[in-house]
Formats: sequence, structure tokens, C-alpha cells
Amino acid sequence: MTPKISLRGVTKSFGDKRVLRGIDLDVAPGESVVVIGGSGTGKSVLLKCILGLMQPDSGSIKIDGEETTTLSDSEREHVMRKFGMLFQGGALFDSLRVWQNVAFGPIQSDGMAPGKAHEVAIAKLGNVGLTPEIGELFPSELSGGMQKRVALARAIAREPEIIFFDEPTTGLDPIMADVINELIVKCVSDLGATAVSITHDMASARKIGHRIAMLYDGKLIWQGAVGEIDHCGDPHVEQFIHGRAEGPIQMQVRKL
Amino acid sequence: MSIPLVTLLGRMTMALLATIGAVSAFAWRAVERTARPPYYRTQILRQMLEIGYYSLPVVGLTAIFTGMVLALQSYTGFARFSAESAIPNVVVVSLTRELGPVLAGLMVAGRVGAAMAAEIGTMRVTEQIDALRTLSTDPFKYLVAPRLIAGVITLPILVLVADIIGVLGGFLVGVYKLDFNDATYLRNTIDFLQFQDVFSGLVKAAVFGFLITLMGCYHGYTSKGGAQGVGLATTNAVVSASILILTANYFITEAFFAL
Repeated sequence: MTPKISLRGVTKSFGDKRVLRGIDLDVAPGESVVVIGGSGTGKSVLLKCILGLMQPDSGSIKIDGEETTTLSDSEREHVMRKFGMLFQGGALFDSLRVWQNVAFGPIQSDGMAPGKAHEVAIAKLGNVGLTPEIGELFPSELSGGMQKRVALARAIAREPEIIFFDEPTTGLDPIMADVINELIVKCVSDLGATAVSITHDMASARKIGHRIAMLYDGKLIWQGAVGEIDHCGDPHVEQFIHGRAEGPIQMQVRKL
Repeated sequence: MSIPLVTLLGRMTMALLATIGAVSAFAWRAVERTARPPYYRTQILRQMLEIGYYSLPVVGLTAIFTGMVLALQSYTGFARFSAESAIPNVVVVSLTRELGPVLAGLMVAGRVGAAMAAEIGTMRVTEQIDALRTLSTDPFKYLVAPRLIAGVITLPILVLVADIIGVLGGFLVGVYKLDFNDATYLRNTIDFLQFQDVFSGLVKAAVFGFLITLMGCYHGYTSKGGAQGVGLATTNAVVSASILILTANYFITEAFFAL
């Protein structure tokens, strides 16, 4: 079976800082992979390379067996149709109402009539537990947790085949974090979508992932099923999942 | 350790050339995308309202006082050799050719260019521009193109309004302060005015509209590093647009009138 996403030898540098030093990763259709790693290890860069928001220096990224690193901008827009993305800060359009945010993809890119798109937006807001009245508000009027929910509704509005989650629980209290985790699991399984998440929140990783991969020093140093992570035997992974200051991982000082 | 002067000079030259290259590439990409569909009509109308309609008070005030002071100053000069009758003509030619487009351009650069850089810059640092791309929407078409189109269309209209209000300012001072006959003042204004005076001003306005919106979009689009980066982008947008307006103004004038 062709993997949904396939990465081979992906590298990316900024100046003389080598952030990704050869990433190999396969994600099967319907699978949820979580990439864990400390701040500044290049998790976001990896996600942006797969999404096509950044161009890797070398290596191959295939979506459904199609090479995407050499695509032109217009072909790229076509591949984007398969993607949904939940940004860390939500990245909601603050000049638009909540429902317009959710309906943005259907209206602007798929040419759906605004009336129909409004219905779709209300339905998607319902999927993430928000009432139609909230659709009339502006994003700045919502709390962080509510903004995340709206961002999730926007990410699933076009019923994407692949959904990316960038630190979905960062900045939320533990209860709201668990609500978002539950919603992610539900939305991904409802759509039958493939999911790639990055996080440093182990509770979230265990909940939303089938498989976990650990990014350290520009490489995926360990990959395995969620159940195997507690006895993987890798000192880097163990230090990370137990959150110890002492260990082989040294703190990253400079931001990427 | 101090850096040798030559090294510093070389570095600055390289940085300047790199910036010119980056801006040119950005401008080319923007124009090329602007030319192709889809066109976001609501966005274009919204920007025209923002650039044109909401700038009217500020541009109108600038124009009326400029027209008034022009009449007053040229009177003190021309009265010395009894050439007062040339005042209406001096006012209208200075306004339509130079002061209308340049002052309106500078005011709009401060008002609109800054707002554009801040808005697009904030969208950049909060990942809203990346979000646009993941929703299969080209940020150049959705954000940059409507602003460029609106700038090029609205600035000439704004300048035409400024010309009329400026002449009114000169007329008021001429008639009520300098004791001109109102009919004579108007006839002197119109008789010597040539089509090219107004037309060259409108061409300038269109070019300035392009430069202002281009600088606003470029600095916003390329800003990074949070609130500080957005602040810097705003400053750079206004300063670079103002300098480009004054530079372009000279060359357009030369192209129209030098020969």
C-alpha cells in the first residue's frame, strides 16, 4: 500500500544552522503520527516542509505517491486541497467573523455559495461543540480554547484527507487541552483522515497518536507505537517523556 | 573592535542591492498575480474605501491650506513687480502638477501605507498568511493584488479632489483677503490651465498609489519577529514610500516637461 505521506532524506538549513538533517518518515492512510521533541528542534519546520509552506533543501516528500517538492505554485494549491491545518496560535482571520473563518476555504477556494457555506460552517462549528451564535462573533472576542475549537472547525471544513496539528494543546489548561484532544480524535476518525501532529505535551501525544516519532538533533531518533514508548530503552526519549532536566539532551538556546 | 570604513561601505552597498532585488522580485510577482484571476472584488472595494474615501478629510484639509498659503506667498512675491494677475495661474499649476499629487501621496503613505504594513505584518507573525495558503488561497492575490489595484485607481481620484479643493483654498484667500474679483480669479485659473498640467498630476498619483501600496504590502509581508518586527515594518513602509514618491516625482516631471 502506498503511504499517504512519505519523506526521504529531507534536509533544511537556515544559514549554517542545520535544522533537519535527513528525515525519513512514512505515514499510512488513516494513521495518526505524533512527532515529539523539545522546543527549537525543528518540529514546526518539518511540518511546514510537508505542507509546502517551506521548501526543503534536499530530499523527497511524496503525498499519495506524488512528489511535491518540485511542484509549481498552482499545482501546489491543488495538493493543498487535501490538507487541513490547525495552527498553534489558531491563525484565525481577525477581520472576519467566526463562521466566515470556517467557511473561508469552501467559499474562496471551492467556490461554494455563501448561503450554503454558512450552513456548512454552522455544522462544522457544531462538530467542535460550538453553537451557531458563536459564529457571529469575531475571533478576538473568544477565549484561547474557543479559538482553538474554531481553528479546528476551519481545518476540517473542507473535509481534508490529511490534517496537521501544530501544538494543539499549547497554552490551554489541562481540561481544555483534553477537550481539544478528544475533538481531534473524533474529527480525525469521523473523516477517516490521516493525521500528523507535533507536540511536546506527552498526554496529548498518547491520546491522539497511533505512532510516535521523536525528533532530536535534526533526525527522527526513535519511532514506534504509542504503547512501546515507555520501554523503548532510548535515553533521549526517556528523558523527554519523563521531563527530566538531567540527561543526554541539552537545552536549545537559539530559536530557529 | 571597530569595523573599517570600506568594509562598512561595502556591506551597506550589498544590503541595499539585496533589498532592491527583493523589492523588485516582490513587485514583479505582485503585478503578475494581479493580472490573473481570480479577482477578489469585495476586497478591492474594501481597500478603495479604505484608501480613498477615508483619506478624503486628511487630503482635503492638506489641499485647502496648501492652496491658501500658495496664494498668500505668491502674492507677497509677485506684488513686488506688479504681477498679481499671475497668482491664480501659479496656484492652479503648482497644485495640479506638483503639490496635489505629492502632498496627497505623502499623506496617504502615512495613513494607509502604515496601516497596510501593520495589518499584513500582524497576519504574517500570527501565521494568518500561512493559513491562507493552507486554504488554497494565494496571499498575493487575496492580500496584495486588491491593495495595488485600489491604490492605482483611487489615488488619481483623490488627487483630482485635492486639486479642486486646493484651487478653492487659493480662491478664498484671493477673493476675501487679496481683493481679487471672483470672476477674474476663476477666469485666470481656467484660461492658462493646460490639459497636461492635470494629466501629469494624475499619472503621478497613479504611480504613487502603486508605490505606497507596494511598500505597505512588501514590508508587512516580509516582517518577522513579533510586535517589534511589525513596528519596524510600519516605519519602513512609510519612510520608503515617502522617499520613493519624492524620487519618482522628479523623474515623472522630467519625462513630461523637460523637453
